[in-house]
Amino acid sequence: MTQRLTALLAPGRTRALAGFALAAVVLFAVAPVLLSPFRLGLLAKFLCLAMVAVGIGLAWGRGGLLTLGQGVYFGLGAYVMAMHLKLADAGPGGVPDFMSLYGTGEVPWWWEPMRSPVATVALVILVPALLAGVLGWAVFTRRVRGAYFAILSQALAAAFAILLVGQQQTTGGTNGLNGFRSFFGYDLADPVNQRMLYLVAAGVLLAMVLVARQLMVSRFGELLVAVRDAEDRVRFLGYDPAVAKTTVYVVAAVMAAVGGALFVPVVGIVSPADVGVVPSIGFLVGVAIGGRATLLGPVLGAIAVSWAQTSISEQFPSGWIYFQGALFVGVVAFLPGGLASLLGRRRRRGRGDAAPAPEEPETTAPPSPVPAGAHTGRTAQGRQP
Amino acid sequence: MTDQTTAVEHDPGATDALLGPDSARFRHDYLEARGLRVAFGGFVAVRDVDLTVAQGDLRFLIGPNGAGKTTLIDAVTGLVPATGSARLGRTELLGRGTHRIARHGVGRTFQTASVFEELTVLQNLDIAAGARRGPLTMLRRRGAVPEAVEQALEVVGLAGLRDTPAGVLAHGQKQWLEIGMLLVQDAHLLFLDEPVAGMTQAEREATGDLLRRIGSQRVVVVVEHDMEFLRAFADSVTVMHQGRVLAEGTVAEVQRDPAVVEVYLGAPAQPGTAATTKEDA
Amino acid sequence: MDTLLPQLFAGLSLGSVLLLAALGLALTFGQMGVINMAHGEFMMAGAYTAFVVQGLLGDPGASLLVALPLGFVVGGVLGLVLEATLVHRMYHRPLDTLLVTWGVALLLQQVARDVFGAPNIDVAAPGWLSGAVTVAGVALPKTRLFILALAVVCVAALAFALRATPLGRRIRAVVQNRDLAEASGISSRGTDRMTFFIGSGLAGVAGVALTLLGSIGPTLGTHYIVDAFLVVVAGGIGQIKGTVVAATALGLMQAFFEYSTTASVAKVLVFVVVIAFLQVRPQGLVTVRTRSLA
Repeated sequence: MTQRLTALLAPGRTRALAGFALAAVVLFAVAPVLLSPFRLGLLAKFLCLAMVAVGIGLAWGRGGLLTLGQGVYFGLGAYVMAMHLKLADAGPGGVPDFMSLYGTGEVPWWWEPMRSPVATVALVILVPALLAGVLGWAVFTRRVRGAYFAILSQALAAAFAILLVGQQQTTGGTNGLNGFRSFFGYDLADPVNQRMLYLVAAGVLLAMVLVARQLMVSRFGELLVAVRDAEDRVRFLGYDPAVAKTTVYVVAAVMAAVGGALFVPVVGIVSPADVGVVPSIGFLVGVAIGGRATLLGPVLGAIAVSWAQTSISEQFPSGWIYFQGALFVGVVAFLPGGLASLLGRRRRRGRGDAAPAPEEPETTAPPSPVPAGAHTGRTAQGRQP
Repeated sequence: MTDQTTAVEHDPGATDALLGPDSARFRHDYLEARGLRVAFGGFVAVRDVDLTVAQGDLRFLIGPNGAGKTTLIDAVTGLVPATGSARLGRTELLGRGTHRIARHGVGRTFQTASVFEELTVLQNLDIAAGARRGPLTMLRRRGAVPEAVEQALEVVGLAGLRDTPAGVLAHGQKQWLEIGMLLVQDAHLLFLDEPVAGMTQAEREATGDLLRRIGSQRVVVVVEHDMEFLRAFADSVTVMHQGRVLAEGTVAEVQRDPAVVEVYLGAPAQPGTAATTKEDA
Repeated sequence: MDTLLPQLFAGLSLGSVLLLAALGLALTFGQMGVINMAHGEFMMAGAYTAFVVQGLLGDPGASLLVALPLGFVVGGVLGLVLEATLVHRMYHRPLDTLLVTWGVALLLQQVARDVFGAPNIDVAAPGWLSGAVTVAGVALPKTRLFILALAVVCVAALAFALRATPLGRRIRAVVQNRDLAEASGISSRGTDRMTFFIGSGLAGVAGVALTLLGSIGPTLGTHYIVDAFLVVVAGGIGQIKGTVVAATALGLMQAFFEYSTTASVAKVLVFVVVIAFLQVRPQGLVTVRTRSLA
């Protein structure tokens, strides 16, 4: 019985361990051997995007927070890292090339901390964590939720991209930051170092999956599901749902930021086009397809979608947009649990379990006092009896 | 499995273990509301209600639809803003956030049983028991099942269904699960909103016995329309009508009260009655 | 005073554009709780309608007058199709609706790109809208005055429709209590469709109006959708009044912030102000008080 219990929230311990070992073997042993350096570089990029997906899976799938602004945190991590790389390339006291080209030729004060590698790594985590913490707390304590939260997070992404474009002299504007030569002293042109970067990305992603798993099976994970499904009921038990929501929002933000920070050396460029409204929603496709509430669904979905994007765009430039649009419509409308729900359905049928369908939680129902909500009976969740 | 409502024989031993020996607590809790008033825009749903309920006095709150019963509970549990005063012992409850009021020992159930449908019975109870857990405990997997949760499973007769998702429980079982959640929450003041609606006769009796046992050691207020249930288990009754307390006393006293008889037996409707039926919409 | 007046006008003008973009959303999102991310693409469709009409008729003046009602119909029909095929299945899943309609938005953008080409195109403004009216030494472009007037007309028409027509009464009845309305013999399906038609039609009108302000392209909608939603959120749902006030306020703020900083910083400041405002009034400017615990 206890096994069934854990299976309800996450794969059983042994199965998870086996899956994890398999993923490690594929990522560390198989992929580097089979893939050309170019393809391996692409895979490294996909892994970085998958890190964002792990966080979204937690915040959206488990916490019910539809965050349409993860590009902001991805971008913060990426820009902090990119600033460090530009400064490191420029040498001690040097000025990044584009600044002398477009700007005053002086390094602004807020670039200075990124001269230090240690400070850079710290800021990659701290800056997004702080922003997500402050914003999340402000928004969640005032019970802004559901659609309201989604719209605010999207506005945040829009504002962030506009801000980056507007500050040509200090952020590179629409061009973004690019042309990095080295990564913490290692030459980025060297294939050996590129492979090392891939391995770092793979290791970090696996670590994130472990963190996500721990959060899912912990009591916090159970509370998160409770908050997602019936936020007000949780309040009557003495919990402040804002704490749980802010926590998971910060975790998702940090994961996105780390993904962004690794994306920069792997891909060699970050620009507002990677962080605005469109890419921010784009992060959600893979999560939705893989299965938002599962552990590995978001990761596999994100990798598969990025791979599809690359290969489809290579052959039919406009085909990808149709494909992405159709995926959004098809999966979200008709298969809300993602592909994982197909697997899960088969497995459950085998065991005769009840179906814990990861349907959209009620917390997200019509923004708070929608008059439309008036017809839902008065229950703690406002759910139709 | 949803037919498995046979577990109506509660285990009195487990209940006592869960509630704790009364003498050891040296507690005498009471709810004291004074001049409680709730207004929605221009509509006053609860006006100038004075209400005192002591531990050991299983109080029933009755009244026609729209009398303000649920709104009164909403006010004391922090769901709707109210003026006046409502104290549990020396603690003023009004003006605090819902979750803070809950932490001060106020718990409630809802007209429509509200449990976390995707979590198991055990997980529901574990969450209810855990509002005071620290961050480190929260971030770990649940090791052993807390003793209180184990006992509550016995008390509400759901031990056999501990790993069943709450969403597939029968209606009555969900209501018991909610009562179990109240118990592990360690609430000192319990509001139960129509706890036996939709239950069979046997289930009603089991629930009544359980409430009576809880009522001896906690402050319990039950909203109920079922007069038979009320006559069987109520220690005292408060009748509300149009947002006011109409009468208060033992079942017999209240039944003799001419004002109550008038309200219940359909004397000419007073102006404004129609406007108050919003509550159960 | 010299600098105040131009800013004031710029703000009001921007506010009227936002209002046109947000008015339809106030219906579909505010009244029905549907988050239609394709609303911007309905605007885009309206703009291309104006382009096509002008290609057929030639005369900018006549084509504008034709395009306005036609844009309403085009937007409305698109909305109707979307409601009938996808949205109506998902009234209980508002956030999923957001993602599905975003997918529809992507598809519509790509269709526009394949049909009309990716580069932006221009629609000529009628002669009677060229030039400016000078008031107190400030030149007010006629196109912007026209849009201001159009926004006022749309608000008035919508307010009248909701308040005084049988359809409006049905819409309000369904919004307030779906079950009761059904029980009283109102077809909520029919009312939903009509609401969606009108809301989406207003997006089409907004799109036609936008052709007066500059060139248009397949991504026209994405430029407005975020701001439009922000307006509805800040205004509070369920009331047209709030949308009007919020659009005006956001337009004015943007204009005045822009004057003292830059356009991009102004945008961020507006966002911060909205967040701060929602701290004070989480339900937006104009709230409908209900007892429901949503």
